[in-house]
Amino acid sequence: MGGNQRVVDPWRGFRDGAWRETVDVADFVRRNHEPYIGDASFLTGPTARTLAVWNRLREMFPEERRRGVYDVDAATPSTITSHAPGYVDRERELIVGLQTDAPLRRAIMPAGGLRMVETALRAYGREPDPRVHEIFTRHRRTHNDAVFDAYPEAVLAARRSHVITGLPDAYGRGRIIGDYRRVALYGVDRLIAERRAHRAALDGRRSTDDVIRDREELAEQIRALGELKEMAATYGFDISRPAATGRQAIQWLYFAYLAATKEQNGAAMSLGRTAGFVDVYLRRDIDEGRLDETGAQELVDDFVIKLRIVRFLRTPEYDQLFSGDPTWVTESLGGMGADGRPLVTRTTFRYLQTLYNLGPAPEPNLTVLWSPRVPDGFKRFCAQVSLDTSAIQYENDELIRPAYDDDTAIACCVSAMRVGRDMQFFGARANLAKALLYAINGGRDELTGEQVAPPRTPVGGETLAYDEVLAAYDRTLDWLAETYVDALNVIHHQHDRYAYERLEMALHDHPVRRFMATGVAGLSVAVDSLSAIRYGRVKVLRDETGLAVDYAVEGEFPTYGNDDDRADEIAVRLVETFAAKLRRQRTYRDAELTMSVLTITSNVVYGRHTGNTPDGRRAGEPFAPGANPMNGRDTHGLVASALSVAKLPYDAARDGISLTGTVTPDGLGHTRAERIANLAGVLDGYTDAGGFHLNVNVLDRATLLDAMAHPERYPQLTVRVSGYAVNFVRLTPEQQRDVVSRTFHGSL
Amino acid sequence: MTGRTPAAPRSAPPVPDGSVHSWDTSIGVDGPGTRLVVFLAGCPLRCRYCHSPDTWYGRSGRRRTVDEMVALAARYRRFLRVAGGGVTVSGGEPLLQPAFTRELLRRCHALGLHTALDTSGFLGDRADDALLDATDLVLLDVKAGSPATYRRVTGTGRLAPTLRFARRLAERGTPMWIRYVLVPGLTDAADEVARVADVTAGLTGVRRVEVLPFHRLGAHKYAELGLAFPLADTAPPDAELLARVRGQFAARGLTVT
Repeated sequence: MGGNQRVVDPWRGFRDGAWRETVDVADFVRRNHEPYIGDASFLTGPTARTLAVWNRLREMFPEERRRGVYDVDAATPSTITSHAPGYVDRERELIVGLQTDAPLRRAIMPAGGLRMVETALRAYGREPDPRVHEIFTRHRRTHNDAVFDAYPEAVLAARRSHVITGLPDAYGRGRIIGDYRRVALYGVDRLIAERRAHRAALDGRRSTDDVIRDREELAEQIRALGELKEMAATYGFDISRPAATGRQAIQWLYFAYLAATKEQNGAAMSLGRTAGFVDVYLRRDIDEGRLDETGAQELVDDFVIKLRIVRFLRTPEYDQLFSGDPTWVTESLGGMGADGRPLVTRTTFRYLQTLYNLGPAPEPNLTVLWSPRVPDGFKRFCAQVSLDTSAIQYENDELIRPAYDDDTAIACCVSAMRVGRDMQFFGARANLAKALLYAINGGRDELTGEQVAPPRTPVGGETLAYDEVLAAYDRTLDWLAETYVDALNVIHHQHDRYAYERLEMALHDHPVRRFMATGVAGLSVAVDSLSAIRYGRVKVLRDETGLAVDYAVEGEFPTYGNDDDRADEIAVRLVETFAAKLRRQRTYRDAELTMSVLTITSNVVYGRHTGNTPDGRRAGEPFAPGANPMNGRDTHGLVASALSVAKLPYDAARDGISLTGTVTPDGLGHTRAERIANLAGVLDGYTDAGGFHLNVNVLDRATLLDAMAHPERYPQLTVRVSGYAVNFVRLTPEQQRDVVSRTFHGSL
Repeated sequence: MTGRTPAAPRSAPPVPDGSVHSWDTSIGVDGPGTRLVVFLAGCPLRCRYCHSPDTWYGRSGRRRTVDEMVALAARYRRFLRVAGGGVTVSGGEPLLQPAFTRELLRRCHALGLHTALDTSGFLGDRADDALLDATDLVLLDVKAGSPATYRRVTGTGRLAPTLRFARRLAERGTPMWIRYVLVPGLTDAADEVARVADVTAGLTGVRRVEVLPFHRLGAHKYAELGLAFPLADTAPPDAELLARVRGQFAARGLTVT
C-alpha cells in the first residue's frame, strides 16, 4: 500500500494557507475542517474484521490482568528502532505498529531510572538482564541517579514525609504532546529540513549554556526523526513524504506517536487533538469515492485498538498510586474554533463510537472540550456515551480557548497546552493538608515527629485561633513553595540531560513555550479544616512531646462543596495564595509556572500519609480526589457541589482543576431521552458557571459492589476517577472502596 | 377561577417566615430538568411509605425568610436557565405554609424561573389563585384511588380534597404531573390503580404520570428518629408489577414514566 502514494498529490483538494509555507497544522485544520452539526445516526457498527482483531487481544487481557504484565522484553532497552516489527493480526490489521515485536510485550526504558525497571521486573517474576544492568550502572547514568545526586537535603526530607509526593524523579515525566499530525501532513523529510534550519540559525549565536543545549537538542531531534523513518520502513512504509490518503494519515500519525512510546515511559503519553485533522483526510477519501462510512469507522476503530494497548513497565507501587496501569493517551475532542465554527466533525463522532464498537475502555482518554455553543447533536451524543459508558471527561472550552488557542489539547487529565507550541515540565503535587498540620506543629511531621519544615514556634493554646493558624500556614506555604519548585528544577534539568524526549520535542515549534506545572492535593481537607477552626471550635490534643496529634471539633462549620461562600472563599484564597507563592520562585529554563488542583488517584496515598486533621478527618483516611469536596460533605446535590468547585479561579490554576462527579442513572431523570437532555444541560450550566473539568460517572453503587464481588463479569467496567478513567476491576481493593464510598448524587 | 386573578393587594400582610427543612439541587426527578428544591418542614399526613419522616414536624425546620430563600434561588438562576430547569417547592407539605410558599413561588417566578409545587393536594384549598398563578407545574401525589386506601396509606388524610384540588387545577389549566407511589400490598391492587388512572385520564392538564416504585432508602431516618418504619418488611415492586401499573395508566392514553 505504500507503493502508489507517489502517484497522487498528497495535498490535492486542500485549501491553501500559511500551513504550506511553514509547519503549522493548526492553520491547516482551521482552513480545511468541516463542522458537522448533525446527530449520530450516520455512524456504523464494528465490522467482522474489527471484531476479529479486537477479540484476539481481548483473549489476552485476562491473562495480563492475572499476571500483572503479559510479557516483557527485559534485555532490550527500548529505542525507536530497537524492536523488529510486531503485529496483532497481520492479515487483518489496517493500521500497524507495536511498541515491541509482539502485542502486550512491554519494553524496558532504563534511561529514566534503572531501579524502577529492575524493581518492576522482579515484581513480575523476571530477572533483570546483567548486560543492561552493567550499561546503566557503569557506562550510562540515568535520570533517576542524576536527580538524587543533585537534590538538596530539604527536598529529600519533604519527599520522605510525603508533603511532596509523586515527583517524576524515578521515571519519565510525560505530559509532553508531540504534534504527531505534522508527520502525516508534511512527511518526515520536510520536518528534518525545518529542524536543520533552526539548528543552523543557532550557529550565529555565541556558545552559551542555553545555546549549546539548544543545538544539541535539535541535533538529537533530527536523529530521532531519522529513526522514525527507519522504524516505519521496517513495516514497509516510506513516511519521508506526506500522507496521501486517510489510511496513510492515520498510519503516519500513529507511527509518530508510536515512536514516542518506544522512546519514553512518560507518566502521561497523550495524543493531542487529532480527530479534526484526520477528518479532513477521511472526508476527501469519501468524496473521491475510495472510502465509505464503514471503511472510515474501521480505520478509526483499528487506530483506537492500537491506542488501547499502549503499555509501559511500571512497578506495582506505581500502579497502586495511579490506580491500574494508566497511560493517559488523552485525545481532545470537539470545542469551538476561534472563527466561531464548531470543531466537531464526523470523525469526532467516530472516535466516540469506538466506545460502542469496541466496548468501554479507559484508554484512549477521550476528553470532550465542551462549550454551550457546540452543536446539539454532538452534545446529545456525548451525554449518551457518558450514560452508557462513563468513559469520557469534559473540559471547559470557553476557559481553554481564550487562555491558549483553538488548537489546544489536554495532556494527562486537565493540563492544557497548544499542540506543538507548548510543553510542560510535569511536577506532581504538594500536600496542602499536611502542610497545615506542619504549620500547627512548627514544622514537625505529625506522624513521625521529624522536623521537616524549618523549626518555628508551634501554634499554642488549647483551642486553635484562626488568625494564628493562618499566619503560621502562610509561612509554611512559603517554605513549601520554595522547596517544591527547587525539587522540580532539579528534576527537569536532569530529565533534559539524561532522558530527553527527542522525538516528541522534534514535533514542537522551536523555540517552545515551557510550563512548570505544579499541583496541589488535599485542598478540601485543608479548607474544611480552616473552616472548622474559623467557624467552629477546634481543640488540640497533644502527645507527650507536645506534638498535635488529634483534634476535637465542636460546633457546626460550613464545608466546601455546598456553594456556601464562607467555606468556598477559604478555598479560593488558598488556591490564589499558594499559586502566587509558587510564581515567585525562579524556574528552570524560565518556564512559566502553572498549578493544578488534581490528585490523579494519589488522593488515597496522600490520605494514608497524613495524620488526623482539624476537620474531623481521621488519620489515613483518603482525601477527596482533585478539587472535589470531601466525600459525603457535599450534601446539596451535584450542582451545588460543582458550583463550589467552579469558584476556584482558573487564572490561578491554569494547569487545570479537576472535579469527579458520580450520579446514579435515576438521578438524571426517568427516561433515557430525559437523562441525555438533563446531563447535557448540567454540562452547559457548569461550563457557563466557569467550572473547568468534570468527570462524569453514571453508575449505581450496587453495580460497583457487584463488580467487586464478581470481577470476571465486568472486564470492561470503566470508572472515571480523577482526570482519567480506569478499568474498575483493576483497582486495588482499597481504591475500589474509595470509589464506592464517594458521594453518589441521586434521588432518594 | 379562570386563572385571571387580580394582583396581590398592595397592602398585603407581612409574609411570615418559613420553616425550611433543607434545600437540594436535583436533576430530572423533581420536575423537568435541573431543580433547586426547597423542602419545607411539616406535613399533616403520615404516609406509611414516607421516606422523609424528618420533615413531618414544622419545628424540625429552620426559620428562614422568603428573602433568604429567594436569594438562594437567585444564585442558581443562571445555572437553572442554562441547564434547563427551575425551582421546586416541596416538603413536608408546602401548603401547610401557604403564605410563605406563595411568596416564594411568586418571587421565583418573577426571576424568570420555572416553578413547580410538589404537594399531596390534601391542603389544596389553602392554595389561593395568586399562588397557583405563580406555579408553572404541580407535582400532585395522588396516593390512592379510594377513600379507604387513602386513609390506609396516609393514616390521617382524606382523598376528597386531593381530587377537588386536581379538578380545580384542570379547570384553571395548570399543568400537572400526577405521581403515584407503588407499594406492593398497599397500592398495587388493579382496581385501585384503575380508579386513579380513570380520574387522571379525565383531567385536562396532566402532562405525565410518574409511577414511583416504593423504596426503603429512607429507613435509616426512622432509625435515627427512634421511630419504627412501618414498611420495613415490604419489598420494592418488581419489574413486572411496575410494568403492569404503568401499563394501566398508559392504556388510558396517559404519558407514563
